[in-house]
Amino acid sequence: MQLTLWTYEGPPHIGAMRIATAMQGLHYVLHAPQGDTYADLLFTMIERRSARPPVTYTTFQARDLGGDTAELFKTAAADAYARFQPQAMIVGASCTAELIQDDPGGLAKALALPIPVIPLELPSYQKKENWGASETFYQIVRALAQPRREAEVNPRSCNILGPTALGFRHRDDLAEIVKLLESMGIAVNVVAPLDATPDDIRRIPDAAFNVVLYPEAAEVAGRWLERNFKQPMTSIVPIGVAATRDFIAQVAKLAGLDADAALKAGESRLPWYSRSVDSTYLTGKRVFIFGDATHALAAARIAKEELGFEVVGLGTYSREFARPVREAAQKLGLEALITDDYLEVEAKVAELQPELVLGTQMERHIAKKLGFPCAVISAPVHVQDFPARYSPQMGFEGANVIFDSWVHPLMMGLEEHLLHMFRNDFEFNDKAAASHLGHGAAKPVAAQATATQPAEGGWAPEAEKELQKVPFFVRGKARRNTERFATERGINLITIETLYDAKAHYSR
Amino acid sequence: MNLPFRAAPSSCNDIPVLRERGQREVFCGLTGIVWLHRKIQDAFFLVVGSRTCAHLIQSAAGVMIFAEPRFATAIIDERDLAGLSEIDAELDRVVNRLLERRPDIKMLFLVGSCPSEVIKLDLKRAAARLSQVHSPKVRVLNYSGSGIETTFTQGEDACLAALVPFSPLPANGYVPPLLVAGALSDVAEDQFRRIFAGMGLTDVGFLPARTAGSMPAIAPGTKYLLAQPFLNDTARALDERGAIHIPAPFPLGAEGTTGWFRAAADAFGIAESKLRAATEAGHIRAKLAMEPHREMLEGKRIFFFPDSQLEIPLARFVSQELGMEPVEVGTPYLQRAHLAQEIGQLPAGTVVSEGQDVEKQLDRCREARPDLVVCGLGLANPLEAEGFTTKWSIELVFTPIHGYEQAGDLARLFSRPMDRRTRLGV
Repeated sequence: MQLTLWTYEGPPHIGAMRIATAMQGLHYVLHAPQGDTYADLLFTMIERRSARPPVTYTTFQARDLGGDTAELFKTAAADAYARFQPQAMIVGASCTAELIQDDPGGLAKALALPIPVIPLELPSYQKKENWGASETFYQIVRALAQPRREAEVNPRSCNILGPTALGFRHRDDLAEIVKLLESMGIAVNVVAPLDATPDDIRRIPDAAFNVVLYPEAAEVAGRWLERNFKQPMTSIVPIGVAATRDFIAQVAKLAGLDADAALKAGESRLPWYSRSVDSTYLTGKRVFIFGDATHALAAARIAKEELGFEVVGLGTYSREFARPVREAAQKLGLEALITDDYLEVEAKVAELQPELVLGTQMERHIAKKLGFPCAVISAPVHVQDFPARYSPQMGFEGANVIFDSWVHPLMMGLEEHLLHMFRNDFEFNDKAAASHLGHGAAKPVAAQATATQPAEGGWAPEAEKELQKVPFFVRGKARRNTERFATERGINLITIETLYDAKAHYSR
Repeated sequence: MNLPFRAAPSSCNDIPVLRERGQREVFCGLTGIVWLHRKIQDAFFLVVGSRTCAHLIQSAAGVMIFAEPRFATAIIDERDLAGLSEIDAELDRVVNRLLERRPDIKMLFLVGSCPSEVIKLDLKRAAARLSQVHSPKVRVLNYSGSGIETTFTQGEDACLAALVPFSPLPANGYVPPLLVAGALSDVAEDQFRRIFAGMGLTDVGFLPARTAGSMPAIAPGTKYLLAQPFLNDTARALDERGAIHIPAPFPLGAEGTTGWFRAAADAFGIAESKLRAATEAGHIRAKLAMEPHREMLEGKRIFFFPDSQLEIPLARFVSQELGMEPVEVGTPYLQRAHLAQEIGQLPAGTVVSEGQDVEKQLDRCREARPDLVVCGLGLANPLEAEGFTTKWSIELVFTPIHGYEQAGDLARLFSRPMDRRTRLGV
C-alpha cells in the first residue's frame, strides 16, 4: 500500500486510452465501474479534443456484481460495434474489473465480431499509464501488422512511432519531424498511433525503418518490428540542437543518404543565443530536472551542453527507463532520483535549492511553493501544455522553443547585476520578481535546508544579516555552502568571517 | 409583495420517468472529497483504492494543488491483493505516517472505493480500530465513495451520513431546534444564519460544520432542513437519531430560497410578518439580480444530462424563475421523497430521465436541438464542436449557488455560455 498525494501517471488503462484516442477507426471497450468515465475529460478538457474518446465503459454497479457482469460486457461490446462500426477493437478491464475476472478478451471473442478484436492484459495493481500505452500499442501492431511487401518498400521511407493523445507537445513535435524528414528526402509511410487507422497499422512493415519518437510509448513495438521485419529503428530522440544533429546523422545512415546537406540546412537560433553575451549570466545556473525519462535525459544534455547550466539533480518517474537515467546522472556526478513519490521530489528540490526547476506540472507546483523559477518539460500535462501556438520540443524549432521557455523564467542578465548592486533599493529588491514577469509574482518562501546545519551553535546575528544581502536566488546556495563549510571545520558559530571564508572556498 | 412559493399539491407521481441503464458519464462519489476537504477544515480524506482513484480526484480537482491537500490515496498494490502483506497492518502504517505528517488533523475519513469494496476490505472495522489508537486526538470515520455504490454527490451523502451518529447529544434534555444538512459554501451558510436569526431562530446547526470539533448537536425532536437534494442516507441517519424532516423546496433562486425559509417558518409557527421581514429584502434583490439573465434566457430550451442530482431543482429554477423550457431533465437518481415539491413545479411535458445510457441520451439531445445543454466535462467540448451551447454541470456544484445573494450568480452560470456565443465573431 502506497500513500499517494499526487500521481505522475494514471493507471495503465489510461495509457490504452491515449492510444485508442490517438487513432481513427479503433474502439476501446473497457470493463469498468461507474465513475471511470472521468478519464474522458482528460482528453476533452486538458487536450481540448472536440470528439469524445472512442471508449465504451460497461459501467457496472454493486448490484450487478452478484449477477452477470460478463453479460453486461458482451452487450456493451456488441452495442459499441453496432453503433461505431470500428475497423478494429481493443478490449480490457480497469482496476476494479480486473478483480472480478470476467475475461473481456474471451467474452469479446465469443461475440465473433467481423473485425479484429485485440485483448489487453494491463495489470492495474502493478503497472502504470506509460506502460499501458506501450503495451497497447505493441499489441495492436502485433495483431494487425501484415507481411512485408518487399516490392513496395522504398529504402528511403520510415514510419514515425510514438505520438499519442494527451502527449506533451506530440502534435507539434510530429509536424516538426515530418518536415525535417521530408526535407531530407525521406518518405513517411505511416505515423502511429496518432491519426493512424487499423489499416495504416497493417502497412507499417512496408517502410525501410522506424523512427521511435517517444520510447515510453513505442520502443517495445519498435523492437518487435525490428525482430520480425528487419526494420531497424532510431535510438536518438531529437530534442535539443546536438540531439537533432545526431538524429539527422542516424536517420541519414538508415536511409542511405548523406547527412551533410540536412545538417547544413538545419539551423537553430539556440547556439548563437547561447553564445551571445547576454547569456553569460546563464553560466553555471543550478538546475534540477525531473520528468519522464525521454524528456529528462534530453533536458540534462541541453542544460549542460547547450545552455551551460550546472545540473544539480536529475530524476524520473519512469521506472521502466530508470537505467539510462541512472547512467546519465552518474556521468554528471549525481545520483538519479527514481521515484513516483511527489513528496520525495519536493524534499529533494527543497534540499538542493536550484536556481531553475525543469519538470512536470507537479514540479511547477513544487517550484511555485518554494519560490524557484520553473519550466515544464514533460508530462503529466495540464491545459497550458497544449498551447494554441506552434511550440514543438523536437528538431531545430524545438530547440528555439526550449531556449525561450527555459530562459524566460530566469532573471535577465543585467537585471540580475543591478539587483545585486542595489539590493536595498526600495522598489527593486528581493521581494520584487523579475520585471518581465510582472508584479505580484510568487515571492520566494524561505525553504532552507536544515540537513547540513551545524549541530550546535548556528548563525551569529550579524552573519545572518549579511546573508540577507546576498540576492535571494543564490541565498539558499550561500547558506548551504556556508553551513557545510562550517560543519566540515567544526565551526560552531557562523560569523561574517565564516561566510566570506566559505564564499572564497567555494569560488575556487 | 407576495411570496408565491407555496408547496403545490404534489403531482410527482404523475410525471412519467424514463429509466435507462447503460454507459454513465458521471463521476463516482470520491469526487465529493474535492469540496468536502475544503469545507471541514481539519479533516483528512484517505481513499483506500487504486491508482485510478488517485488519478480521478487529481483530474476532477483540475490541477488544484493546495499547499498540501487534505486528501490522499492509499494505493492497494499486488502485494496487498496476493495476501503477501497484512492489509490491516499496511493501512495502519499508512495512517500513522499520514498523521505524523499532519498533526493538525482532527478527523480522518477512510473512504472506500470500488476495489476496496470488491475485495471486501472492512474499513468500518479499520476505522473503529484506528479511532481507538488515535483517540482522543483524531477521530477516524469511514464511508464509501465507490463508483459501484455511489455517483458524484452521493459521496457527500455517504460522508454526512457517517458523521450523523457522531454528532453530540446535548446534555440536560435540551433539544436543538433546527439543523441544516448539506455542505454549503461558507458565504451562503453565513447568510442563512443571519436570515434564520431574523426569523427568531438563533440556534441553527449546519452539517457538516467547518471543524471536526464543532459538529452540530442533534436530539430526538430536532427539526432538519435539507440544503441539497442528494442526501437520502443522511436523512435516514437523521431520522434514526429521532430528528424530524421539514419538507421543503431547495434554496435556489428567489422562489426556492423563500420556499425553503417558509417551510422552516411553518414548522416553527413563525408569523408571516416575521418571515417577510427576514426574507423580503433578499427576495427582491435576488429578483433584481436575475432580471438581465432572465431576458437572455426566457423561452430558451434546456437539456440536462445527469450529474449531481441537482438537476430537478435546477430545472425548476430555470423554468419558474428564468422562463426557460426544460426539454429533458436527467438525474442519476430520482429521490422522489425529497423532490416532491420541485417535480410538481416542472412544466407539463418535461421529460424526467433517471440513470443513463449516454449514447441514447446524446441521440435524444441531438434530436431535440436544445439552446443550452447542461452536461459533464467529458461531453461539453464534443457537444460544443457539434454546435451546441453547453454549461459544464460541475460548476453548479463547485460554485456558491444557494440563497438569495447567489441567485444572480446562478442565473449567470446559465446565461454566460449563451452570452459568449453571441459575442464571438470567429
